[in-house]
Amino acid sequence: MAKKQDNTITWDTFSEGLWRENPVFVMLLGMCPVLAVTNSAINALAMGIATLFVLLASGTLISLLRNSIPKQVRIATYIVIIATFVTIVDYTIQAISLDLYNALGAFIQLIVANCMILGRAEAYSSRNPPLKSIINATGMGLGFTLALLCLGVVREILGAGSLFGIDLFGPRFEPWVVMVLPAGGFLVLGAWLLLFEWLKQRKSETELNPAAES
Amino acid sequence: MATETLSFIFLNAVLANNFVLALFLGLCPFLGVSGKINTALPMGLATLFVMLVSSVCAFLINEVLVAFEIEFLRLIAYIAVIASAVQLVEMALKKFTPALFRSLGIFLPLITTNCAILGLALFQTFKEYSFLQSLVYALGAGLGFILAILLMAGLREKLELSTMPSITQGAAVSLMLGGLLSLSFMGFAGLGG
Repeated sequence: MAKKQDNTITWDTFSEGLWRENPVFVMLLGMCPVLAVTNSAINALAMGIATLFVLLASGTLISLLRNSIPKQVRIATYIVIIATFVTIVDYTIQAISLDLYNALGAFIQLIVANCMILGRAEAYSSRNPPLKSIINATGMGLGFTLALLCLGVVREILGAGSLFGIDLFGPRFEPWVVMVLPAGGFLVLGAWLLLFEWLKQRKSETELNPAAES
Repeated sequence: MATETLSFIFLNAVLANNFVLALFLGLCPFLGVSGKINTALPMGLATLFVMLVSSVCAFLINEVLVAFEIEFLRLIAYIAVIASAVQLVEMALKKFTPALFRSLGIFLPLITTNCAILGLALFQTFKEYSFLQSLVYALGAGLGFILAILLMAGLREKLELSTMPSITQGAAVSLMLGGLLSLSFMGFAGLGG
């Protein structure tokens, strides 16, 4: 670890997780919950908030303890800390809404195995002071929630003809059942990635030869 | 106690409810290590082994936890067991096949955060499988994982030889392939029942 650290908090600390290093669309981390629970927008939102909480809480604690955790056992320590917060979330959701708990199923407990959270703990919280990692974790968590919503909204509109449970198209709409099935998750995420790649390439082409565009 | 027959559990885990393609568990290695068959197969075998070990351990630990009525510690206990099992596999591979150890690289320790393994331990607890049922379930899930990752690696090796538009080079096309594989595995729904 470098002695001299850059402790300044900039807008970038917060926003890199939202867009430039979005955990789902750019880094492809934490894919399992992304695809599994996004068959409706409300599930996606709940999952995003649960993950945001675990990310924030574990990031804060790890950042506070970063100088007292021995290097050799750090991964095991992080996992135990994360597992503790996930257990809290698990019981909280069960207490608030049993329907939601049943809809998300084992995937709340599987937040433990979300490589994004462990990745952030290892790459960021263990090297930065608490305030900075809190801000970064919020950005990352919101980016993750945003990505989940992107998928959940598309899949619910196409697969069930509704959004957050509100009917959109009336009774004549024939739902695309495939979208709420597992295959739909892969296809929708693939389509989002294609869209982003297309936008990125178009942008870099415009920057390279601005004359050609006019 | 669940009453499903062993053959049903096995077929269900391998095909109808394939861990990767139907339940979305273990996607990180599925997308990350499926570039070549040569690395996909050992990765699958390592995962299968860790699944078997952690399934047995999880079953025993659950008995202890239930006996002492401390089920809220289940998640923490399971993840600790899985981490140790992965460490075991890592040491064994390093000792016997160093070349393979190097080619798997970072993905070996990442088996710890492979949700397929934690998912397996949790599902067998929810479904209240007996010891033998759990073992068969773990075997089926591991073989299902190997099947999925091998199919994917085969497809991606073919894909490297073909020309594609530049925007599809990257993860997007792998996800599309996964979607198609998942669609075809839906054909197995209801099998074994």
